[in-house]
Amino acid sequence: MSAATGVVGVFGGVDAAVAAIESLKARGYANYRVYSPTPRPELAEALARKESPVRLFTLFGALTGTAFGFFYAIATSLDWPLVTGGKPIVSWPPFVVIGFETTILIGALATVAGMFLFAGLPKLGRAPGYDPRFSDDKFGVVAFGGPAQLAEAREIFAASGAEEVKDV
Amino acid sequence: MATLATPIPPAAPLHAEAPPSYADTTRDIIATLRPPGRKYYVGMAFVLVGLAFGAFCWGYQLRYGLGVTGYQPPIFWGTYITTFVFWVGIAHSGTLISAILYLFRSGWRTAVYRTAEAMTVFAVMTAGLFPILHLGRAWYAYWVFPYPNFRGVWSNFRSPLVWDVFAISTYLTVSATFLLMGLIPDVAAVRDRSLGWRQRLYSMVSFGWKGSDREWHHFGRMYLYLAGFATPLVLSVHSVVSWDFAMAIVPGWHATIFAPYFVAGAIFSGCGMVITILVPLRKAFHLERYVQVRHFESLAKVILLTASIVAYAYATEYFIAWYSGNPFERSSFYNRAFGQYWWATWIMLTCNAFIPQLLWFKKIRTSIPTLFVISIFINIGMWFERFVIIVTGLSHEYEPWQWSYYVPRWPELGILVGSFCWFSMWFLLFIKFFPAVAISEIKESLPPPVQAGGRR
Repeated sequence: MSAATGVVGVFGGVDAAVAAIESLKARGYANYRVYSPTPRPELAEALARKESPVRLFTLFGALTGTAFGFFYAIATSLDWPLVTGGKPIVSWPPFVVIGFETTILIGALATVAGMFLFAGLPKLGRAPGYDPRFSDDKFGVVAFGGPAQLAEAREIFAASGAEEVKDV
Repeated sequence: MATLATPIPPAAPLHAEAPPSYADTTRDIIATLRPPGRKYYVGMAFVLVGLAFGAFCWGYQLRYGLGVTGYQPPIFWGTYITTFVFWVGIAHSGTLISAILYLFRSGWRTAVYRTAEAMTVFAVMTAGLFPILHLGRAWYAYWVFPYPNFRGVWSNFRSPLVWDVFAISTYLTVSATFLLMGLIPDVAAVRDRSLGWRQRLYSMVSFGWKGSDREWHHFGRMYLYLAGFATPLVLSVHSVVSWDFAMAIVPGWHATIFAPYFVAGAIFSGCGMVITILVPLRKAFHLERYVQVRHFESLAKVILLTASIVAYAYATEYFIAWYSGNPFERSSFYNRAFGQYWWATWIMLTCNAFIPQLLWFKKIRTSIPTLFVISIFINIGMWFERFVIIVTGLSHEYEPWQWSYYVPRWPELGILVGSFCWFSMWFLLFIKFFPAVAISEIKESLPPPVQAGGRR
């Protein structure tokens, strides 16, 4: 039992998981992870994470898309200067449609790329402490640390009402 | 007064059925993925036969050319373009329900959005075939994409047909991304409950999702921004499709009302199709606890609203045709209602403007069989709306010697049937491989499990 690097608490209720997180935070733990079958505002509030930087990907993806759409339409129109309907070669109003669509296309794909990057996906291997019940109806809190910290974490989980506490 | 020997039993709960628990949700929804029964295979066989017939019709058309269709000069847009616009329209309610109602925090979307979103992706996949199917030389379809080539020729970005290429391909990409992203947590739940090759497959599709706080945190933001992108996109796509017509000077097409009119019509037809699909799906998989009558009622209200907008747009079109004093517009619209295509126009008006008005009655909105029948009428009506716009517009242009009459011939109708089968095939495959109701979002809308008693 000496090789344990973490302790998992399996909770049947979101309130108990929140209590465990708050106790961990009160004792100064920083290295823990929470698993839940669905995002819960109670958990998000207890965890109080910083605003996700995914939004920067969204912004820069969208701006790149706009620039690309207009550049594409303008550059190819200049490369093949065919006057139709007596309109200017670089005619802005129709190019707005192209710029709009590429804004959304590249913005959306960049947002997804940002999510993958920050959420650490894809992650096909095992995650220490993960339990299939966490995608069903249980909430999991996994605390990592040295033996003394783990002993304390075990106590916290039991005191918060964990249905099961185990080492990983 | 006699004293009661036993205490009065507690009154029956207000809701006959308690809301499902998290574990019920996982179990009941994953149960939809169980090996299918005979009915499924019979349905699939029908679908594949229909698809094969559609493919045969296309092969026949490729072999003998577009002469096998009912095209008569100057009508060279017929059933194919009608069906293209029909399927693009169907695709719209999916994103409306999944993105716009998400931004509005409408609780009722949760139960129906996965089905609607899958429908969107498959409908765009179906629609995207038609611009190719209606080409005489389909093997040159790639010419619409602006790619570098040695002739130095580029697409004409002032043409609405090129805007359409951009709009539809963006819509396909973004709606498929939206569907796949929403599936990630649910596929992870399925992965944890399956074995063998299925577990490996779901592991890949879920990208190894574990549901950690870090994953949910970034995922939630990503989903919000995707919804934010999808909302203007859905409005733009059908506007662009409407401009395929409105930018031309054909009487009956050249109107500024076209973009909002088409968007309302698209949402109207899409919600109709969602009902058409959900009613049998809910029955086959016993999902009554998750997809409730109130969800259908909400869909019916959206249908009633958009049907009224569409009816108003019809009235406006006729009014403007008269009020403009333009003899060509007047003639075109008179011909629409009382000319050779009167039958198509009156099918359209009956199905889209009159029948949905029944939904003012709550009894009709909450009756599933009635809603199902109305949704079929909507599907028919909206196909005819596009037929009326496209074919009557082209059949009655400026010069009387150009007037003509088009009716679809069997290869076109075969491809139309084939398109429904193509769509159904994807849908039938989808419901057996992926959860048709969003597991994690249903859980999000339920009261979370608490264990207040167990805490010290």
